Amino acid sequence: MLKVLRDLFRHNREFAVGSILVLIVLGIVAASFFSPYPPLDSYVVPPDIPPSWDHLLGTNSRGQDVFWQVAVAMRNSLLFGISVALISRVISLVVGLVSGYVGGMVDRILMSINDTFVVIPLFPILTLFYFMMHDHMSWAVLALAMASLGWPYDARLIRSVALSLRNREFTTQSIFSGMSTRQILLEEHLPYVLPIVFSTTLNNINWSIGLEVTLSVIGLTNIETPTIGTMIYWANQHTAMVAGIWWWVLAPVAIVIMTFIGLFLLSVSMNEFIDPRTRLARMGV
Amino acid sequence: MRSYLWYFLRRLGQFVLVVFVGINIVFFVTHATPIDPVEQAISSATQFGQSDPRAVEIMRKALRELYGLDGTLWQQYLTFWKRLATGDFGPSISAFPTPVSTMIGRALPWTVGLLSTSTLIAWCVGNFMGGLAGYYRKSRLLKAAGIVATGLQPIPSYIMSLVVLILFGYLWPILPISGGFEMNVQPGFTFAFVSSIVTHSLLPVLSLALITIGGWFVGMRSLVSNIVSEDYVVYAELAGVDRHRILTSYVMRNALAPQLTGLALSLGGIFNGAIITEVVFGYPGLGTLLVRGVNSGDYSLVLGIASISIIAVAAAVFAIDLLYPLLDPRVKVR
Amino acid sequence: MDAALSVKNLRAYYVTDYYGVRREVRAVDDITLSVEKNEIYGIAGESSCGKSTFIKTVGAAIRPPLRVLGGSIKYSFLERDLYDLDERTLADIRWKQLSFIPQGSMNVLNPVRRIRESFQDFAFPHMRLSRSEFFDVVKQRLERLHLSPSILTAFPHELSGGMRQRVAIALATVCRPEFIIADEPTTALDVVVQKDVLALTLETQREMGSSMIFVTHDLTVHANISNRLGIMYAGRLIEEGPTGDVLRDPMHPYTQHLVASLPQIGDLTPKTALNGAPPNLAQPPSGCRFHPRCPLATDICRQTNPELITVVPGRRVACYAVSPRLKLGPLQMTG
Repeated sequence: MLKVLRDLFRHNREFAVGSILVLIVLGIVAASFFSPYPPLDSYVVPPDIPPSWDHLLGTNSRGQDVFWQVAVAMRNSLLFGISVALISRVISLVVGLVSGYVGGMVDRILMSINDTFVVIPLFPILTLFYFMMHDHMSWAVLALAMASLGWPYDARLIRSVALSLRNREFTTQSIFSGMSTRQILLEEHLPYVLPIVFSTTLNNINWSIGLEVTLSVIGLTNIETPTIGTMIYWANQHTAMVAGIWWWVLAPVAIVIMTFIGLFLLSVSMNEFIDPRTRLARMGV
Repeated sequence: MRSYLWYFLRRLGQFVLVVFVGINIVFFVTHATPIDPVEQAISSATQFGQSDPRAVEIMRKALRELYGLDGTLWQQYLTFWKRLATGDFGPSISAFPTPVSTMIGRALPWTVGLLSTSTLIAWCVGNFMGGLAGYYRKSRLLKAAGIVATGLQPIPSYIMSLVVLILFGYLWPILPISGGFEMNVQPGFTFAFVSSIVTHSLLPVLSLALITIGGWFVGMRSLVSNIVSEDYVVYAELAGVDRHRILTSYVMRNALAPQLTGLALSLGGIFNGAIITEVVFGYPGLGTLLVRGVNSGDYSLVLGIASISIIAVAAAVFAIDLLYPLLDPRVKVR
Repeated sequence: MDAALSVKNLRAYYVTDYYGVRREVRAVDDITLSVEKNEIYGIAGESSCGKSTFIKTVGAAIRPPLRVLGGSIKYSFLERDLYDLDERTLADIRWKQLSFIPQGSMNVLNPVRRIRESFQDFAFPHMRLSRSEFFDVVKQRLERLHLSPSILTAFPHELSGGMRQRVAIALATVCRPEFIIADEPTTALDVVVQKDVLALTLETQREMGSSMIFVTHDLTVHANISNRLGIMYAGRLIEEGPTGDVLRDPMHPYTQHLVASLPQIGDLTPKTALNGAPPNLAQPPSGCRFHPRCPLATDICRQTNPELITVVPGRRVACYAVSPRLKLGPLQMTG
């Protein structure tokens, strides 16, 4: 396993770049635990100082150090994204595997529902949801809402893997040896499906952080919690761009772009590696 | 021809299903949460001082009827659907007494225009360049384009719009960054008006196109590089068929069909991106309207926009689905 | 030069360098043969013996990671070696003088284009005819293959497998090329359709006087269609001769085994399988590539590769057990 990772790193540029980016981001997130300033407090340092040796990324108009703020913000956004991705993984795994394996009418019904969810535009619905929830909206509730809307795309991918697995010989063998459907799904198919799931998880994290940022920036989430989105929200509230305090906006945007591209490159390179056709395509051409 | 009729009916069925499920979700969201929009409206109306309880009671009753929230749950459900069918969402609270449908009607063309223009540009340009990149694998220029596309692809809509805004609004302010048209120009078919619409739409269209173009490029490139090793392409090359003909009729044509399906599937996401872009650029479409509705506690407006969004996207997907057999003749047989 | 095609010492390998590991698969390793005019030369051998690679090379259809490392390929209608030609000349002779009947006719036609458009793409540019004249010729050809002209407006998925194969034959022969390469054209078809297609292929070749290389692993097909037969094993040609002679009187132990495995009506002797498996072409056995499975292997077989020599006029074999001692007739297989 380690050897595979090392080979990937050495020969696959996307994987290398992706892992470096992600490691940088994770490093900053880890640093957030050592922040000298309590993240929720404001006016702990002089406001509006440009980047300097004392404050690597400057300070914002609320009197917070931008570097430490962004570290905590990234941590929260990342945690949020991972939670949404994990919860929706469960749903997409169940739907995808059942649909692909059982097939027939069940498959058709599930996929119709799936496609329905794919088409429905999420943003207006989430906005409506926020509107109805108002102050009762917490991060956990938002995570649940997003997870229950974000599974269909990946469910379809998992289903196609399950479909191809269903017709392979070792499946028939398992059936003949008397394994139950549940056993087959868990013990035989899961190891094939997991790599795809892993790469879709990375994409899903991207998607959820992106959505969180969007909702926060408009002020539809709990803006007291420091996340990437709320940071930009506050920057907008204090008209940071116009006031020339560009570092307040640049820091969260830069780090989140690093995260997105990093996770994306990782997922793409892992996907390419797993799929033998693309792996072979790299060989001779 | 008859098989196309079946196809049409199947797609129509899917359209109806989407609308049905979507609107049900909307209904569910509005009725399954602890907040009661009527109480909320009342509390914000009465927070400044004493109000006569009878007046409050009258207000409550009026609001209930307005919002379609009187009667049992089942009655509310029926009222909801009835109103949707007639396009009556009631008056907007924030812009009383303008009907919500009028406000949506005014905003919708802007959103549709933005969405169609940028999607068309992004899909066509992205697919074309991606197709070339998949076919001419050695070209350095196309490889560089591929790196750019891969970098653009994961960036979510808000960040992209923000970056475009910063680049062209602050660093290099050559284009207008807000509004649909100049404030002081008279609406009408004059050159000044039309040109101001165009200049104001440039940044939002650019921003929205950039969000999706990366995805089309990368997707098409990988499709094409798979198709290039398909039997019929290899055979055609073997036979010395004109290279240009192979690229267009053999490779690209076959890759476009799945890309069209992809377009239909991502339309929901593109719509999201469109309304977010509108908010960033203050473009007078559904996005800005939605945010306004949320900030002013305008229940009918938000509800109306959510419902119309679902119907609009479902309709667009339906239209794309109908186009699909043109690209892939095999679909009729299924 | 009399021969329609003359191949000398051809070597073509798949060379890959991936994640730091370099591999060379020796799919075509030093092959010399010639095809006469107006003859059908059959190539037989088991899967992964290199026959598909061979015809890709001979048909100028190679793509990386396949590479030609040495040898020459000369067609009678070209002055130079096939791989010395520039792109334009190569494109010019394709289809008009050198065409392909492919394996797996299921997928060789573009699924989004009608049959007549495929004809237009492939053949029309090479024939200096007006469009209507061209389609007259096409319809004629289709009729000779028992296909109704109405299929021209159909899409490939609307035709059956047998029909598609016949369309492929029509496509390959409409320009009346001098040389046709057929790569397992009947393998994917059921026996009834197979018989039909073979008869049509034979008729077409006779009518046009073209030369043909016909590749299939099925010896019974060769018995019906090939004038001469060449047996390939592990990237090398190990026996060659007139089809009847090779099948009645095989000399190389491998050929003997192949022929013995063909079921005959009334023959009740049990068939034995060759032990071992086809060699790994990335690391082929030393010396004669067949020696690990050959019951007659001796020391010299393990050390040096036997050359393909003419033991009797018109017949070549590469085996120490058979040549150079011509006095020794074909050896009996033990067991």
